[in-house]
Amino acid sequence: MASLKKSIRSAGNGVFIGLCFIATVLALAVLTVILWTLVVKGAGGVNLHVFTMSTPASGSEGGLLNAIVGSIIMCSIGMVIAVLFGVLAGTWLAEYGRNHWYAETVRFVNDILLSAPSVLVGLVVFEFLVVPFHGASALAGSVALALVAVPIITRTTEDVLKLQPSALRESGVALGTPLWTTIRQVLWKSAGAGILTGGLLAFARISGETAPLIFTAGGNQFFSLKLDHEMASLPTVIFNFALSAYDDLVRLAWTASLIVAVAVLAANILARTITRERRP
Amino acid sequence: MSAVDAAFVRRSPPKGAGFDPIFKWTCAFAATVLLASLTGIVIALAIGGAPAFAKFGFGFFTNSHWNPVTEVYGAEGPIVGTLISAILALIFSLPIAFGVAVFLVEFCPGPLRRPIGVAVELLAGIPSIVYGMWGLFVFAPLFAQYVQLPLMTAAPPGSIWDTLTQGTPNGANIFTASIILAIMILPYMAAVLRDLFLTVPVHLRESGYGMGSTTFEVITSITLPYVRRSAIGAVMLGLGRALGETMAVTFVIGNSHLLPKSLFDSGSTIASTIANEFNESTTDMHTASLIALGLVLFLITFVVLAIARALLGADKTA
Repeated sequence: MASLKKSIRSAGNGVFIGLCFIATVLALAVLTVILWTLVVKGAGGVNLHVFTMSTPASGSEGGLLNAIVGSIIMCSIGMVIAVLFGVLAGTWLAEYGRNHWYAETVRFVNDILLSAPSVLVGLVVFEFLVVPFHGASALAGSVALALVAVPIITRTTEDVLKLQPSALRESGVALGTPLWTTIRQVLWKSAGAGILTGGLLAFARISGETAPLIFTAGGNQFFSLKLDHEMASLPTVIFNFALSAYDDLVRLAWTASLIVAVAVLAANILARTITRERRP
Repeated sequence: MSAVDAAFVRRSPPKGAGFDPIFKWTCAFAATVLLASLTGIVIALAIGGAPAFAKFGFGFFTNSHWNPVTEVYGAEGPIVGTLISAILALIFSLPIAFGVAVFLVEFCPGPLRRPIGVAVELLAGIPSIVYGMWGLFVFAPLFAQYVQLPLMTAAPPGSIWDTLTQGTPNGANIFTASIILAIMILPYMAAVLRDLFLTVPVHLRESGYGMGSTTFEVITSITLPYVRRSAIGAVMLGLGRALGETMAVTFVIGNSHLLPKSLFDSGSTIASTIANEFNESTTDMHTASLIALGLVLFLITFVVLAIARALLGADKTA
């Protein structure tokens, strides 16, 4: 009887281990297949034209230059706004607000913003920045991306600052340094790598965001650097071309997907190496 | 030599101390901007959607006709589509994510642990539009050919299988969308669950093994009870992602606004409806209805995320 129970237990355990193993293999297989498809379908379309010509109409030759430049411009502006507000807000939460009820509220709001659907950000920026100015613009797109990035940077800044030993703050006080100088010159410096990681993760996130851009930045067939006009971006080009019925445009969409995925992975890996080096 | 005069040692405040309050209030302002943006989102959605709520009243939620031509907007289809696709995605991906997390924590050979863990985390960062492309061009056609058609032809007429598998066999349906969603949230949930399992103190798990428990018993009676609230929180976070996911779903769900009649029927979610129609909305009422949909989506995700947050913090204080 006892041995029967034991064999049932160990058999059940074997099944469980097998299922866990299968789950892992299945998950890794599916995700490998996706990346492999992306490389195979995307790499075929990579040539010099992709980086030197703007998006074409179907049937003519073209590339992704305007979309790549547009993505870089809008992500950069978005990141500048997001870093400015995110780092300051994170600093306030970690250094000044702490357990105050207002800090708790802001923390809660930040958590909600962190996972709120990004399509809603697009809707709201449309109402505030597109409707009053009668048209989509690169600036509105940048603000939408900034709104997606701010919560990530706030969160990492706060977390990293909280990890800094209070001896650092006390040494600042002991030297008679004003608190804001201590924060700027001691805490931000020693937390620098962590904040940079947060920035890179936020950058990785917004460079693939599509939903906030389709209403706010619109699309532009032509090369444009004007911030008050519509501007193309890689994700919106993927969205428009993938749903078009033309093979050449779909091929370009695959190439654009590959570029976005590579950029996102690169930013993620860079973020990872930075934190790993700092870890003792 | 006289004693040092107290007035003598008192010195001027440190250089730059005057900026202290300015800096503090600048930081506080930045934090307030965060609060203001969430409030702004709610207010903008409420004001923008107000005409639709005013015109259709409660019928907005119960009417399944969404017709821009006759100017009648009922959101039952997209709302139900959102809930069904997100919950199905969760059902598909939770067991697998759980398996991956357990594998990484308990059985994974040392040298493989880091690479697999990193791969899972990296995949969680891949933008959803990439998953959408793959779903549209690779998965949906294969699914239609090898799963949907055989199931449809094999189902006995009139049976429950027949009802569940009705639809156009083109691969663009709620079921496909759920699978793509499941693949998308899988790495994320696996990473969160793994981090949770790692918070269980090693001595608790080891004492379980020391008593002669099998791995299965350690997982079910030590690890899971230890992290149960947080684990539910993590699952809710995954659900929140699935509810608001836009691009991946828009590509493969088929975009029909009727109430889905079967698993293989095309449908729509709130996010996909907004993404598809907002730029082409012709009338003010159409725009207002789409924004009203946005408000509904916001409220649903807000509730889910608030619960997730409350649960995720719960185990730490206990």
